[in-house]
Amino acid sequence: MSHTRVPPPSPDADVVTGAPAVPARTERPAPRGGRRTVRATSGTAGMAALLVSPTLLVLAVVVLYPTVMALHESLYGPKGLDPETGFISDTEPFVGLQNYADILGEAGERFWNAFWNTTFFTVVTVTLETVIGVAMALIMHKAFRGRGFVRAGILIPWAVPTAISGLLWRWIFNSDGVANALLGRQILWTSEGFQAKLAVIVAEVWKTAPFIGLLVLAGLQVIPKEVYEAARIDGAGRARRFWHVTLPLVKPALLVAVLFRCMDALRMFDLPYILIGAQKNSVETLSMLAQNEASNVRFGPASAYAVILFVYVFLIALAFVRLLGTDLVGDTGTPERSRRFGRRRKSAEVTA
Amino acid sequence: MTASTLTITRRPARRRRHNGLLYAGVAAVVIYCLAPFYWMLVSSLRRSSDIFDTSLLPSPVSFENYTRVFDPAQGFGRALLNSLVVAGVTTVAALLLATFTAYAMARLEFRFKRLILTLIIATSMFPVVSIVVPLLKLFTDIGWINTYQSMIVPSMSFALPLAVWNLTTFFRQMPDELEHAAMVDGCTRGQAFRKIIIPLAAPGIFTTAIITFIAAWNEFLIALSMTNRPEMQTAPVAISKFTGATTWETPFGSQMAAGVVVTIPLVIMVLLFQRRIVAGLTAGAAK
Repeated sequence: MSHTRVPPPSPDADVVTGAPAVPARTERPAPRGGRRTVRATSGTAGMAALLVSPTLLVLAVVVLYPTVMALHESLYGPKGLDPETGFISDTEPFVGLQNYADILGEAGERFWNAFWNTTFFTVVTVTLETVIGVAMALIMHKAFRGRGFVRAGILIPWAVPTAISGLLWRWIFNSDGVANALLGRQILWTSEGFQAKLAVIVAEVWKTAPFIGLLVLAGLQVIPKEVYEAARIDGAGRARRFWHVTLPLVKPALLVAVLFRCMDALRMFDLPYILIGAQKNSVETLSMLAQNEASNVRFGPASAYAVILFVYVFLIALAFVRLLGTDLVGDTGTPERSRRFGRRRKSAEVTA
Repeated sequence: MTASTLTITRRPARRRRHNGLLYAGVAAVVIYCLAPFYWMLVSSLRRSSDIFDTSLLPSPVSFENYTRVFDPAQGFGRALLNSLVVAGVTTVAALLLATFTAYAMARLEFRFKRLILTLIIATSMFPVVSIVVPLLKLFTDIGWINTYQSMIVPSMSFALPLAVWNLTTFFRQMPDELEHAAMVDGCTRGQAFRKIIIPLAAPGIFTTAIITFIAAWNEFLIALSMTNRPEMQTAPVAISKFTGATTWETPFGSQMAAGVVVTIPLVIMVLLFQRRIVAGLTAGAAK
């Protein structure tokens, strides 16, 4: 791949190619960037550029370039009859913001339906996953015997490909399937309606709650026992210890997990596509809408949908980082490291 | 030691009840995670005549679905091969690039490091469809549809950030003193990296490889959009398009069997390397 085309090691070139990878995000970490790093290691800048630039180059090609292309493409209409001249054109006509106007106007119903489906799925599944995941983590944290077994079990839903889990749940939710047999009902889960949403939510939560459970468990395991002892001596009961000790201390780990889950839920595609099907109003998400338009060679509207989804995802991520203070990068490293580098990393640690 | 035995003897009834509740909880977690997977396994072992059975064990056990999946007419072997090529090349390429970048992120001090790392991680949260739409148009124009590279190149968009992030955490956990000692002994930084860091980071690199491979193996949207010829489809796409004897009948039995075939390698990896995978997955979150 392109790692063979390594540009010459010039420290500034790295910064130039690196910075605009996702241009709008540059403002996020800026406020805490006041740290000067003119140090004994400063001679390594050229080496850093050499090591980092291949990755940035590849990401620029596979992420930045398509994004710019999508922005550009979303301003063009379909090939065909030009209404003004009456000629058939081979090139796609420039239509300005027409695609966006159509999305919000003419095709508005389908777009808003997909928008609300996406939002609904994200809010409901992430909430349920968080509650179930935290509960799982608390159970696993307390259980000493069989922890390895539980951990292996909890990784299974994560390892099952989403496409396969879609098929699996379609089989479970079949009208003659095991879900109806257990419930003693005859529900047509995979037909249009609220039950289809419910089926998608159940399948999604099954696959991803254990993932949150794992991340929260890792957060729980670094809480020192002394904190609980102190709380107990101060007379805090089980519920208060959970609410005032456990939750605040796992919050950083939990926030990162929830952020990742939100981003993943917002781009949900595989599960509703396979479990219910394409072009079903009850479960169509923005990703499905964009993919459907693109596979029907309507690249203009498809790109507009893709751009809107991208902006939506970006705004949610920004809200997480700005409002909740999610620290993604975690420059503080592991506890041992931050102890060793305590003085140097203090400014970064405050934000965690 | 004595303190803990003391507490246990002091309130045995309460502790026992507490333990009972705890293990009921553990059982609930395990059942929650495994029951649907178990159902896939059981259904795949039923005959097509009793596929709608709801008994907990298949009776009789039949491999009919598996023989049908591997019927050459189904082309499933080819789909597995495609999956292997796409996920394998993606993993190797992502790891190759990510190892160097992650080393720089963990060890070197340079301007905009935090910003660059944030950007790399941010791309992993990028909605895949936003790059699939323009790339689909581009690949159609340059005739890349139904090729491996049309699936591998977009897959790098999520595989590379994932690998960089995982590896950065692994490298950060390794003490600096190792390299310093090597460099004091006359190694250059490059030699220290090659001869000290890479061998010691092998478990971390290996874990990252597994996590990246699983992510690439499970990819669906890219593979679905970039192929329209059955012989180029990856396994998840091929399974979702299995057709039954008639158009109206969904071949659930063979779908479940194929699902098991696709999932079993991952499950075996998970069982073998669960400790490391958990360490890798949680590396970024638990600080």
